Amino acid sequence: MKHYLSPLATSLKPSGIRKFFDLASTMEDVISLGVGEPDFATPWVMRETAIFSLEQGQTMYTSNAGLIDLRRELSKYMAKSLGLNYSPENELLITVGASEAVDLAMRALIVPGDGVLIPDPSYVAYAGCALMAGADIHYVPLRAEHDFRLQVDDLQLAYTPNCKVLVLSYPNNPTGAIMTREELLPIARFASENDLIVVSDEIYSDLTYGGTHTPFATLPYMKNRTLHVSGFSKAYAMTGWRIGYVAGHPDFIQVMTRIHQYTIMCAPIMAQIAALEGLKAGDSAKKEMILEYDRRRRLLVNGFREMGLSCFEPLGAFYVFPDITATGLRSEEFAEQLIKEEKVAVVPGTAFGPAGEGHIRCSYAYSTQQLLEALERISRFVKKRLS
Amino acid sequence: MLSQEDRRLLYILSQDCRLTPEELSIQTGLTPEYINKKIKQWEKDKVIVKYGLLINYEQLEEDRVTALIDVKVLSQRGQGYDKIAQRFQKFPEIKSVYLMSGDFDLCLVVEGKNMHEIAQFVSDKLSPLDLIATTSTRFILRRYKQDGIEFHGEEEGPKRLMITP
Ligand SMILES: Cc1ncc(COP(=O)(O)O)c(C=O)c1O
Repeated sequence: MKHYLSPLATSLKPSGIRKFFDLASTMEDVISLGVGEPDFATPWVMRETAIFSLEQGQTMYTSNAGLIDLRRELSKYMAKSLGLNYSPENELLITVGASEAVDLAMRALIVPGDGVLIPDPSYVAYAGCALMAGADIHYVPLRAEHDFRLQVDDLQLAYTPNCKVLVLSYPNNPTGAIMTREELLPIARFASENDLIVVSDEIYSDLTYGGTHTPFATLPYMKNRTLHVSGFSKAYAMTGWRIGYVAGHPDFIQVMTRIHQYTIMCAPIMAQIAALEGLKAGDSAKKEMILEYDRRRRLLVNGFREMGLSCFEPLGAFYVFPDITATGLRSEEFAEQLIKEEKVAVVPGTAFGPAGEGHIRCSYAYSTQQLLEALERISRFVKKRLS
Repeated sequence: MLSQEDRRLLYILSQDCRLTPEELSIQTGLTPEYINKKIKQWEKDKVIVKYGLLINYEQLEEDRVTALIDVKVLSQRGQGYDKIAQRFQKFPEIKSVYLMSGDFDLCLVVEGKNMHEIAQFVSDKLSPLDLIATTSTRFILRRYKQDGIEFHGEEEGPKRLMITP
């Protein structure tokens, strides 16, 4: 039946993660550091509120853009915590996860053949969504020697005049890198000079350790050029609820809302209600999770360095991205041999793009006991290869 | 006031007091020297009173019961609650003594092998004390959660996928 399919759709490659997922799920006793979601359950106040709302029979559609109360509360939160001012009436759209927001952004902006600049390595969905919108993808390598911060020189090299969109994602998955205001300024200048719209996925913005997060839209002249994509999955441990949002210029939001109206209708109401409660009362639970992540982050970075692997200090999200070239293995080989020999699942850096070669992504969304056990196993594995 | 770092240090230590200053240093970013000094100071100031263990005796099938005994005391001239509490806390059977708001004045936590032993203690030792007006004894039948730990939590939480992007 293949000939019925759209060539565009069939051009989508299977995710590089799939193979390891299949391997890991057939084995027993595997410790996985391969997960991109919190190990915490959603804070109880939020779950309880959603349960109550179900008891009350709040099971209907909401307005397309999302509950106005949620948009209002979100607008307040963004102003207070991020220094971003978006009107709840026409500059905010509640989506089914940041994932939908990325998809909508691409569909709203891309004319087939338009160029989209995507960092490499990066979260796997950007290229997929851009491709489905008919974009011509230009990868911009992120380099270990710059701690995976995007450099204007690399942007310049990847840029061609058909480029319309730049995808940014800090704090970053898979590297854990962040970028400071000073480091982002030249990127903003580049966007202005080349008339780029920036789709900035800042879903990990609350999960930073030591530095404060700079929302891209707060840089000079960037508010109109930026679609600020974010969500509740990570900071509020809400991955399974499917709720996120996008903020931007009313013209963009209007069109994105229209696509959303026809394809999705609205984000699930119980997720919206829980998210609203999170914004109102979930702060302390969120802070506790952040402190716990920080502790695990230190544990993991230290563990890799003690093995003799170089590992730059990630200051955001919940990933470390150690350099495994000292073992003489390529990323995929490392991940494959590690799971077979020591039953630890990690994700090869190349699953996020060719520039991830030489690295593995390890998530620290696990208990300290699990992390210590995993480190012990990885250490045994690495030792054999270093000597 | 505790600084945020110190509060964090104390918290991590309260979760696992076996961690060495070096291990604590890795997890907090504070230096081992600082941590050592801090812990010594807290021990000296009786902020850290004891390094504890939380045992689930049900698991051992040991005979052991705990009772909460609410006590209404007869206030007597010259004997404030502090004085009265001091008399109770001398009994080794009494593990904790709290001054309470509400209908009763003090709450005693008493441990014994079985209900009989605690009943004996109440009638032989407590009731005769002239400072007690009334008592009300309640036995703990099952511990579901203590000190933040769930004893009968579900064996396994919901499963996350092994690998997600
Ligand atoms: C950078 C990044 N963006 C977006 C997502 C998806 O988020 P959501 O659950 O809100 O769709 C993820 C999830 O792993 C992510 O890492």
